[in-house]
Amino acid sequence: MAQPIIRLAGISKNFPGVLANDKVDFELAQGEIHALLGENGAGKTTLMNVVYGLYKPDEGKIFIKGVESEIESPKQALALGIGMVHQHFMLVPVMTVTENLMLGNERTRGPNLGPLSTLNNQQVAKDIKALGDQYGLTIHPNAYVHDLSVGEQQRVEIVKALYRGAEVLILDEPTAVLTPQEADDLFVILRTLVADGKSIIFISHKLREVLKIADRITVMRDGGVVGEREPSKTNENELAAMMVGREVILQVNKGEAKPDQIVLQVSDLKVDNDLDQAAVDGVSFEVRGGEILGVAGVQGNGQTELVEALTGLRPTEGGSILLLGQQVAGATPRRITELSTAHIPEDRQQDGLVLAFPVSDNLVLNTYYKPPFSKGLVMQQGAIMKAAQERIEKFDIRTPSATTLVGTLSGGNQQKVIVARELSREVKLVIASQPTRGLDVGSIEYIHKRLIESRDAGAGVLLVSSELDEIMQLSDRIAVIYQGKVVDILDAKSTNKREVGLLMAGVAAKQKAAKKQAAG
Amino acid sequence: MDLFFFAGLISLALIKATPIAFGAMAGLMSERSGVINIAIEGMMLIGAMMSFLGSVLFDQWTGGAFPKEVSLVAGLVVAMLSGALIALLHAWLSIRYKVDQIISGTVINLLAFGITNFTANAYIDAERLSGVGIFPHINIPLLSDLPIIGDIFFKHQPLVYIMLIMVGVLQYALFRTRWGLRTRAVGEHPRAADTVGINVNRTRYINVVIGGALAGMGGAFLVLESVGRFQKLMTTGRGFIALAALIFGKWTSVGALGSALLFGFAEALGVRLQLGDINELEALAFLIGIGISLLALVWVVIKLIKRSRDKRPVPLIAIAGGAGLLFIVLALTVDFPNIQIPIQFLGLLPYFATVLVLAGFVGRAVAPAAVGKPYERG
Repeated sequence: MAQPIIRLAGISKNFPGVLANDKVDFELAQGEIHALLGENGAGKTTLMNVVYGLYKPDEGKIFIKGVESEIESPKQALALGIGMVHQHFMLVPVMTVTENLMLGNERTRGPNLGPLSTLNNQQVAKDIKALGDQYGLTIHPNAYVHDLSVGEQQRVEIVKALYRGAEVLILDEPTAVLTPQEADDLFVILRTLVADGKSIIFISHKLREVLKIADRITVMRDGGVVGEREPSKTNENELAAMMVGREVILQVNKGEAKPDQIVLQVSDLKVDNDLDQAAVDGVSFEVRGGEILGVAGVQGNGQTELVEALTGLRPTEGGSILLLGQQVAGATPRRITELSTAHIPEDRQQDGLVLAFPVSDNLVLNTYYKPPFSKGLVMQQGAIMKAAQERIEKFDIRTPSATTLVGTLSGGNQQKVIVARELSREVKLVIASQPTRGLDVGSIEYIHKRLIESRDAGAGVLLVSSELDEIMQLSDRIAVIYQGKVVDILDAKSTNKREVGLLMAGVAAKQKAAKKQAAG
Repeated sequence: MDLFFFAGLISLALIKATPIAFGAMAGLMSERSGVINIAIEGMMLIGAMMSFLGSVLFDQWTGGAFPKEVSLVAGLVVAMLSGALIALLHAWLSIRYKVDQIISGTVINLLAFGITNFTANAYIDAERLSGVGIFPHINIPLLSDLPIIGDIFFKHQPLVYIMLIMVGVLQYALFRTRWGLRTRAVGEHPRAADTVGINVNRTRYINVVIGGALAGMGGAFLVLESVGRFQKLMTTGRGFIALAALIFGKWTSVGALGSALLFGFAEALGVRLQLGDINELEALAFLIGIGISLLALVWVVIKLIKRSRDKRPVPLIAIAGGAGLLFIVLALTVDFPNIQIPIQFLGLLPYFATVLVLAGFVGRAVAPAAVGKPYERG
């Protein structure tokens, strides 16, 4: 093989109390897509931040095109042709695409007045448009970043790296925020880039996409490299075992559903979004005890508003919600909670937890005002701590202690805190919205198991997810939502991914409309 | 009320708006780079005192060898330097030591009140330190001869002109130059700025300190172009009104000047009413008229910029505009009966206007996203 474009030899990086990277060796060849696979916290991002000059390694050497280099800042990394697209985009939302791209590397016109030189926006806009077109990346130079979709922002990030002359692109969890369609578009773009001689490091914890896109896969666990594989000579099960360090059951095992009485009956529900537009537009369905109803749909088709209305967080504009036979449209969240409803919210940090509170307090947020956690006006710290210890153990929450602030835990453990809180009492209805988004394989496996246990214990489960695989694996029945309407409700056993996918994309709805038009 | 009276009122409003606009620009530079600055009041107060001491002591030490204008300029320079120095303290506390910026600002305000009161009590008395006077008015050739316009804009003292120029320069610099782009990026998303090689903390230091110099100029105005002497607590809350002007102006210098003019106008009107040469009811009608027409004007501009996204119905805007004009015409034509309003109430006008503006008319003003958050790597 030719000279690798990047070679890392024995990189170690210590953070207080954590060895994030432990003598890591890594190579990137010219013109390949090299995937870095591992669970959250395995040290992938730390390693790449070392390469990008954000962290200084404690030990080890970096060779760029065979030359030993010390990279002390992102600016230096860029000068060496290394660009990085972070998981959380490094774009200023209130600025235009052009302004974002030239930031730190501004082009000016007119007299040179140092920092007060006038920016040459027009020229840069022209240049980046041309650059984008070259790689099939459509961008609008004068659009404001906050008006762009996540997929478009990612494209802007890629063009930003290319505009600064990047030969190597590091992509940190690029598909975490994308819809399946957008992810496919991204893969096409990456192939174009590689064909043009760029090299790509693709950080991910998703097995399937790594197998699909990578030329080579390096698996990391606990800060070290576990092994290297070629996609054609490995499979999901082997990679999962390497990542987690034990055998993982990727297929969900669940028995036959035993649907019972109706727990939740939603009829003709209408809900508006923040802009007062109809987001949920006349939705009807029911959930029975002992079954999982999956709500499939591409992000932004009204799922968020639907769940918020069901849990009392958003007013309804019409229709009814019957929970255990009682009308709860417009009821307070507490009333709905007290009617034995568990809610695993879509955004765990925003709506699920108080990040600045300890784990113990977060574990009783839904029942803190009742005995044994409160007597009169006084909270009973003893009872809260005792319950916390039990739940931490029972739900396998990895935390240094019950008094640790929940914001410092990993995403998977944060989600376990929510699940522990919500499922630690008797529930009749579980509303789970994107329950495994951004989680590692081990945590996903765990949460799926818990949801099925709830179902088997007789609770009705409403599972809202934009991960089609998750819907297909867990649901007994599948409601497909498209533009605020339930297009169809299918029996999970007699349908397949293709059918649901087409419904999600609104194809069936369009056909129906076309037919209606032809008839009328 | 005649047109010349009106021109005089606007001209006075511009003068009253000057220290507020300087203060708002100080806040603008600081907050656009991500540092909350509620210490503008203190910086202005220190600037006012130092401009007085600077000009007087320069005059004494040089034995009056220079004309008084030179002493006044020396006082201005000292005011800017001392404002910058106090700002450096604020920057140091909030950037280096990551002190809560509201606390740091409050501490600096208290410190400034204490230092200036003490100095005024102990050292500033009329016998030993009498002022060297104030900057003369400069009539801009040709332009000052224009009818009305000339009276309003072109017969002022130098700091008023400097303020107008600075507002324009800052507006251009913030949105069209390299410094502006970087400053805004640091205030909105410091990590993004860091990853492209911009030194976040250095940018913040520079902006806060230059802002301090501007606040110092605002304070100096009160001494060097107004009363000619330092008086205890003479800023009387202008630093806080400047903060309100900054927010009302949505963190732009032109917007801040606009709202500073509104406050200045209320203050000017209060002054004229206290002098007793205009009828209170007439003035009230006039003020309401101006207020409503300005609001209608703003709505029209928003409508033109946002077009279909703006939901305000056209008839409402038309009615508001019509009502505003009606009030103005009434104020100018009808004879109102004379009533007496206690002077103290009239002095309240600028503060009352602040409350009203902040409570009612400001749409959702969005502050720079990272304001108040110390930057930490990693």
